[in-house]
Amino acid sequence: MARPTSAADAAGLGTGRAIAFVLPALTLIAVFLVFPALWTIYLGLTDYRLTGTAAADPRLVGTANYTGALTDPRFLSSLWLTVLYVGGSAVIGQAGLGFTLAWTLRTRTGPLRRAVEGVVLLSWILPSTVVGFLWFALLDRDDGTLNALLHTPGLAWLLDHPLLSIIVFNVWRGTAFSMMLYSAALENVPPSHLETARLAGANVPQQLRDVVLPAIRRHILTNLLLISLWTFNDFTPFVLTGGGPEGRSEILPVYVYRVALKDGQLGAGAAISFLILLINLVLALAYLRLLRGRRQRRRHQEIAAAGGPPA
Amino acid sequence: MRLPSRPALIGVIAALALTSCGTGGGPDESSTTLTIAANSIEGGKNAESAQWIKQWVIPEFEKTHPNVKVLFQPSGVDDEQYKTKIALDLKSRTGADVIDLDGIWVGEFAQAGYIKPLTEVGGATVEQWEGWSQIPQAVQGLGIFDGKKYGLPQGTDGRVLFYNKTLFTKAGLPATWQPRSWQDIIDAGTRLKAAGVPTPIQLNAGTAMGEATTMQGLLPLLAGAGAEIYTAGKWTGASPAMKDALALYQRVYGGSGLGDPKLQQEAKGRDKSFARFAEGKIGILAESDYFWRSVIEPKAGVAPMKDRDQAVGYAKIPAKQPGSGIRGQDYVSMSGGAVRVLNPFSKNPRLAWDLLAFMHSAAATKAQLAGQVRISARTDVNDEVLTADPMLKYIADDVLPLTAYRPGLAVYPQVSTALQEATAAVVSGRSADEAATAYQAKLEGIVGGAANVSG
Repeated sequence: MARPTSAADAAGLGTGRAIAFVLPALTLIAVFLVFPALWTIYLGLTDYRLTGTAAADPRLVGTANYTGALTDPRFLSSLWLTVLYVGGSAVIGQAGLGFTLAWTLRTRTGPLRRAVEGVVLLSWILPSTVVGFLWFALLDRDDGTLNALLHTPGLAWLLDHPLLSIIVFNVWRGTAFSMMLYSAALENVPPSHLETARLAGANVPQQLRDVVLPAIRRHILTNLLLISLWTFNDFTPFVLTGGGPEGRSEILPVYVYRVALKDGQLGAGAAISFLILLINLVLALAYLRLLRGRRQRRRHQEIAAAGGPPA
Repeated sequence: MRLPSRPALIGVIAALALTSCGTGGGPDESSTTLTIAANSIEGGKNAESAQWIKQWVIPEFEKTHPNVKVLFQPSGVDDEQYKTKIALDLKSRTGADVIDLDGIWVGEFAQAGYIKPLTEVGGATVEQWEGWSQIPQAVQGLGIFDGKKYGLPQGTDGRVLFYNKTLFTKAGLPATWQPRSWQDIIDAGTRLKAAGVPTPIQLNAGTAMGEATTMQGLLPLLAGAGAEIYTAGKWTGASPAMKDALALYQRVYGGSGLGDPKLQQEAKGRDKSFARFAEGKIGILAESDYFWRSVIEPKAGVAPMKDRDQAVGYAKIPAKQPGSGIRGQDYVSMSGGAVRVLNPFSKNPRLAWDLLAFMHSAAATKAQLAGQVRISARTDVNDEVLTADPMLKYIADDVLPLTAYRPGLAVYPQVSTALQEATAAVVSGRSADEAATAYQAKLEGIVGGAANVSG
């Protein structure tokens, strides 16, 4: 006989079995996510190093690593570089270019669309090291392809414009995801709505603002959430510039690498990692809040339209 | 999910059963494996060393130890990355049995407990090894920390100025050149520039070149200005000698056009400096003899120069003025060298020592030098072999008596990074005084306060 189900127990499993079902997943999360995070917090409070006496016998140093990081001009400049990198390459670059591609290609079919999609996808699926090397060969000062094409021998793109270089690189690399997500989202916009708007005399910007954006707003937010987090933690620019010259493209993941592994300060590295974790959490919460705000407002609207809450 | 096929499963079970039988029977020599790790790889970095290990060491050692299998674990990466990898290996108590390390890392690895004195790992036979009497005390020092021997030195090296004789002739400079002061170097650079040489002087600078900046650049200059980085328990801060050294950087990179500042900032700057010298675009380059034997070596070098022996000259690095160097010297140099250590977590420490001692025997050293002449740790072998290469004989006879070594202290690598950052600041346009002041502040933070710094 089936158990009586309630709103709180839709599957009708009962508490015991429900726990048994989620336990394996929770254990994995605890072992591979929660424990390392807690361990990072602990390490961040010590002077633990990769080599030397502090490697054999680390001591607790309180919040010294955190105050050290927050007062280190290199950390602050690195944080600012990361903000510019995420803003420039993910939010403006990938999302913008991805949407533009999706919008222009939405009505097209046939070889052109397949070719564009293929090329964009290809840059996304190639391994980072391969892509990094290709871009290095493109932008190199001495024998770079770009200098050969532009007839500008000796122009050091990676040294004179390190941040711009990695931003353009990351736009090129990551646009595919946004493009695919937006293509799928645009298919959900009812053609009749667009048709109506056109008949009412709306031009393209007006159509985008009043018809398309409201319909795909949640897709946009989800996309921005994902790509900002990915970009925030992206290490690939290291392949291109190594964080240089003299730290001018040292975004946070590269900064952590330098502090923790190159300089061997594992304790300080852990502290900075934890700071990055916090920043990521704040980012994620902000986006989720926006998403939930939308959803609740819509439910309120539906409820209002249905004439009050159900009995 | 598809399940693995039945024969495959049976095979796995059989294999498990067989191996468990094998290990259950007590110590069994047939399963003994030793591993050698080094930052060398065939067809890449230090290829001749990798070839020597694979084609000579392993077969010869296995001949006399029939039940032992020796494996080689190659790497071909930047020294800093190799160091991180080895440190992580040893931290997790794994890794190869015999490991190549830069001598300068011995202190910090020993302090971390990653390596132990050779006698503790290899047993009492270590002290009786015949090779000790063949290795000069200064070279043994590369593997010594706190008075204990942690590693066997592989050899040593020296820093000189390499110059392109073809470019020198073009600029009207003598083909046999020995500068007597820093001014002589600058003068030669100016002449080269006037003759249209793109990069007259390459003096390693910046953080991208890592230790090469410190060892080939700042430390020889500092020695030429009369100071060592660490003397009498104190680190050298923004002293007059340090400012002199940084001021020379400023003369080369601060708008004079004698050096190429961008090359110091590039991620692959050092490799490019090699290639450019080989292409005849650099006039004077400060490097270790490694450059001669491994980089521009006509056959196996990474940037080979077919006419190396005719076209490339070498000169001692002069002091700022004659007599202003350390110990009142006219010329200076810096030396370092790699060592091989035993992994204290090795399963077969005694056997690992046998392998290590074998790799440093006279026969093995000679076999290695057959692939590439270099200054080995062993006097008996050097006497025999070095006559084959006048450049290396020059290093051994004329440069090593003048040389100095870095302090084998755990904090040294951080000091070295601070020195690299000081040169980077000068290259990117700041004055020598500003760079020295910033360096002093950073140094005090690293070595525990102004009391440990001399200025």
